[in-house]
Amino acid sequence: MAAPSTTPSLPPALADAVRDDASLRRFLHGLPGVDQVGVEQRAAGLGTRSIKKAAKMWAIDTAIGMVDLTTLEGADTHGKVRSLAAKARRPDPDDPDVPKVAAVCVYPDMVETAVEELRGTGVGVASVATAFPSGRSSLKVKLEDTAYAVDAGATEIDMVIDRGAFLSGRYGQVFDEIAQVKRACGDAHLKVILETGELATYDNVRRASWLGLLAGGDFIKTSTGKVSPAATLPVTHVMLQAVRDWHAQTGELRGVKPAGGIRTTKDAIKYLVAVHEVAGPEWLAPTLFRFGASTLLNDLLMQRRTQLAGHYSGPDYVTVD
Amino acid sequence: MWEYAPAPESRDIANLKPNYRMFIDGQFVEGAGEPLKTVNPGTEEVLAEVSTAAPADVDKAVKAARRAYDRVWGRMPGAERAKYIFRIARLIQERSRELAVLESLDNGKPIKESRDVDVPTAAAHFFYHAGWADKLGYAGLGPDPRPLGVAGQVIPWNFPLMMAAWKIAPALATGNTVVIKPAETTPLSALVLAEIIQQADLPPGVVNILAGAGDVGSAVVSHPDVDKVAFTGSTEVGKLIQRQLAGTGRKLTLELGGKAANIVFDDAPLDQAVEGIVNGIFFNQGHVCCAGSRLLVQESVADELLEKLHARVSTLRVGDPLDKNTDVGAINSREQLTKIQELVETGDAEGAQRWTSACPLPDKGFYFAPTVFSNVSQAMRIAREEIFGPVLSVLTFRTPDEAVAKANNTPYGLSAGIWTEKGSRILWAAQKMRAGVVWANTFNRFDPTAPFGGYQESGFGREGGRTGLEAYLDV
Repeated sequence: MAAPSTTPSLPPALADAVRDDASLRRFLHGLPGVDQVGVEQRAAGLGTRSIKKAAKMWAIDTAIGMVDLTTLEGADTHGKVRSLAAKARRPDPDDPDVPKVAAVCVYPDMVETAVEELRGTGVGVASVATAFPSGRSSLKVKLEDTAYAVDAGATEIDMVIDRGAFLSGRYGQVFDEIAQVKRACGDAHLKVILETGELATYDNVRRASWLGLLAGGDFIKTSTGKVSPAATLPVTHVMLQAVRDWHAQTGELRGVKPAGGIRTTKDAIKYLVAVHEVAGPEWLAPTLFRFGASTLLNDLLMQRRTQLAGHYSGPDYVTVD
Repeated sequence: MWEYAPAPESRDIANLKPNYRMFIDGQFVEGAGEPLKTVNPGTEEVLAEVSTAAPADVDKAVKAARRAYDRVWGRMPGAERAKYIFRIARLIQERSRELAVLESLDNGKPIKESRDVDVPTAAAHFFYHAGWADKLGYAGLGPDPRPLGVAGQVIPWNFPLMMAAWKIAPALATGNTVVIKPAETTPLSALVLAEIIQQADLPPGVVNILAGAGDVGSAVVSHPDVDKVAFTGSTEVGKLIQRQLAGTGRKLTLELGGKAANIVFDDAPLDQAVEGIVNGIFFNQGHVCCAGSRLLVQESVADELLEKLHARVSTLRVGDPLDKNTDVGAINSREQLTKIQELVETGDAEGAQRWTSACPLPDKGFYFAPTVFSNVSQAMRIAREEIFGPVLSVLTFRTPDEAVAKANNTPYGLSAGIWTEKGSRILWAAQKMRAGVVWANTFNRFDPTAPFGGYQESGFGREGGRTGLEAYLDV
C-alpha cells in the first residue's frame, strides 16, 4: 500500500493508520460508532429550523453558488451540454444578480464542450471519471479515464470508489485506487463518491468517509445519483462530522457534496443548516460544500423570484435547460 | 456569516386573557385568596392575573370532587369514562397550537419543545389512559380493582400541562376524581385545560383546578377527605407532605428531585452521545427532574468528548422562547435564576473548571447561558445537589465498576443514561443502576406506556404504564 503523495503532512497517528492494510482496518474499525436512531433524530431536529426573510435569501444565493449543475445521461449530446453551460453562466437570464453555479458536471467525453463554453467564466468543469457509475473496471482503465477528462480540461474529477472492495473489507485496495486517481488528477480537485446507498450502514459511511479523506480526496460525495437512496440528511450529517473531525486533527479543510434527490429549496436549506451547525460556518462556501443536482437550480431560482417579488410566478418563468 | 432571521410564533395564538379563574364543580369561579400575577419569564412582563384559593375554596373543591365521585364518576362503567377521556385527548390536539404558545409564554420553554414534546405527550397520556379505563381488570392488578376516591394532586412548574396530564389522566381512567393545583408561576395551561374539560362535558366536580402557592397545595394534600395524594416537585416539599400524611393511611406517591448520571463509555457512539448529553441537560433549560446533570465519562475519551461537547453547546441558540429556532429558552423565574447562579458560584469556589457558552443573551427576561463544569469531583456541591438549570457537571471514571459506583453514589435515583456500542454492557450497567428509568444510547424520552418514578430521595410510586395505574387503585 502506497501512501498518497498529496498528503505528506499527515499527523503521526494518521500516517500510522495508512501504513499497511491491517493498520488501516484497525483505524477504520476503531472510529466511534454511529447510532442510527441518534443521527436520524438529530437530522430530523435540525430539519425543522425555520429559515425566512434575509436568512432565506442568503441561503438561496449561497445554494445557487454551490450547485454542480449536472447531466449524466446516456443520451447526453453536445447541444445539451452547451445549453447547460449557458444556464450555469447565467442561471436567470432576467436577473444578472443571480450568482453563477459552482461547476457543470458531465461525462468525460463531454468535458471539451463544457470547457469551451465556460472558458473565462469561473464556472468549473467537473467530470465523472473512473468507470462511473459502477466503478467496475480495471484500475488502469480508471486512471486513463481520469487522465482523459483532465487532459480535456476538467478542473474537478468525481470518482466512484470500488464498493465491492470496500464491502469485502479490502480497504487497502480502495485507498490505493483513490490515492492513484488523486495523482492522476494533477491540479484538478478530486471528489470521492462513496455511493452511500450501497454501503448500507452509517458505520460504513463514516469509515468510507475517512478512507476517502486519508487517501487525499478533496471532497467526499454521497452518491452517483444512479442508486436509491441517494443523498440523505443523516448520511450527510455523518460525512460532515468526518470533515469536521478531520479538520480538528489535521487543520485541513475538506469538502462534502451530497448528490441525487435534492430537488427543492426547502431541502437545500435543510442541508445548509446541517453544514452550518454540524461542520461549522466555515463550510458554507462552494470550496467546501456542493450540491450535485440538475433540477434543484430551477426551484432555487423560482424561490428567489418569489422572495424578491413577494409572489410566486411559476415554472414557466425560469428556463428549462 | 449566516444569521437566521427571527422566526417568532404569534403570541395571539395563545388567546391570552387578562384574568383567569379557578375551576370548581364544573364552573369557573373567583377564589377567595389573594390574586397572583403570572409573569412571562422571557420578557418579565405580567401575562395575566389569576385568582387563587383560600382554605374554604379547597374545602369546596374537595367536597365537589367527593360528590362527583359518589354520584357519577366512581360508579360509571369504564367504557363510559373512556369516552370523556378520549374527548379530552382530542381537544388537546385540536387546541395544540394555542396550548403550545400559552405554555411557552407562561413557562419560558422554547416553542419547539412545547409544540413537539409537551403538548403531544400530554395528549398521548390521555389517549393511553382512556384505553385502560375499561380494561382495568386485565391490568394484572387483581380481578376487580376499585378506585380510591378523591385524588389531591400538586404539580411543578417545569412541565405545567404535561404534568397535569400525567396526574389527571390515570386518576380519571381508574375512576377517581381530582383536585389539582398547578404551580404558582405557571397556572395558565392548567386553567385552559379546565376549559377543555368543560368542553368535553365532564360531569361537574370530576376535575377541580385550584391556583395558588404552597399553602394551597398543603391544604389540598392534607385535607381529611382526600384519599390519595400525588405530588411532583422538590424533595424538600415531598418530605413535608410525607410527614403530613404519615399515619393517616392515605395513599401517597412522590416524584421528586434527581441528579442523574449519564455514563459515556469509551466505545460509545461519540457524536450521538454528545447529542444525548445536550438533550439530557439543556432540554427545557435543564428544568427536568430526570435531567442528565452528572456526566460520567471514561477518562480515555474525556478530552475528545469534552471538545466535541463545547463545540456543540456553542451552537445552542438561547433566547426568545416563542422563536421557532430557539433551542434554550428562559429560566422560569427570577428566584430560580438566583438559585442557579448561587450553585454555579459554589462550583467555582470548590475548584471546578467552568466553561460557558459565548451565546448572546437577551437584555430582558431570565436567562442563563449553557454551562459545563469539568474537573468535578463527587465531593462538590455541583455534583451532589440538584441545580435544576442548564448546568452540567462532568466527572471521569476509569473502569465500568467505578462508573456504576459513582453513578449510584447519590441520594437521588430517578434516571440514568448509558452510552456504549456494546449490548452486553448496556444490560450489565442497567441492572446495576439504582434509578427508575435507565436510557441506553438516548436520553429524556417519555412515553405514557413506560413507568416513571424514583428511588431513594427521588420519591416512590410510578406514573405511566400498567404499573402507574396501581397508584390510583385499591387492589
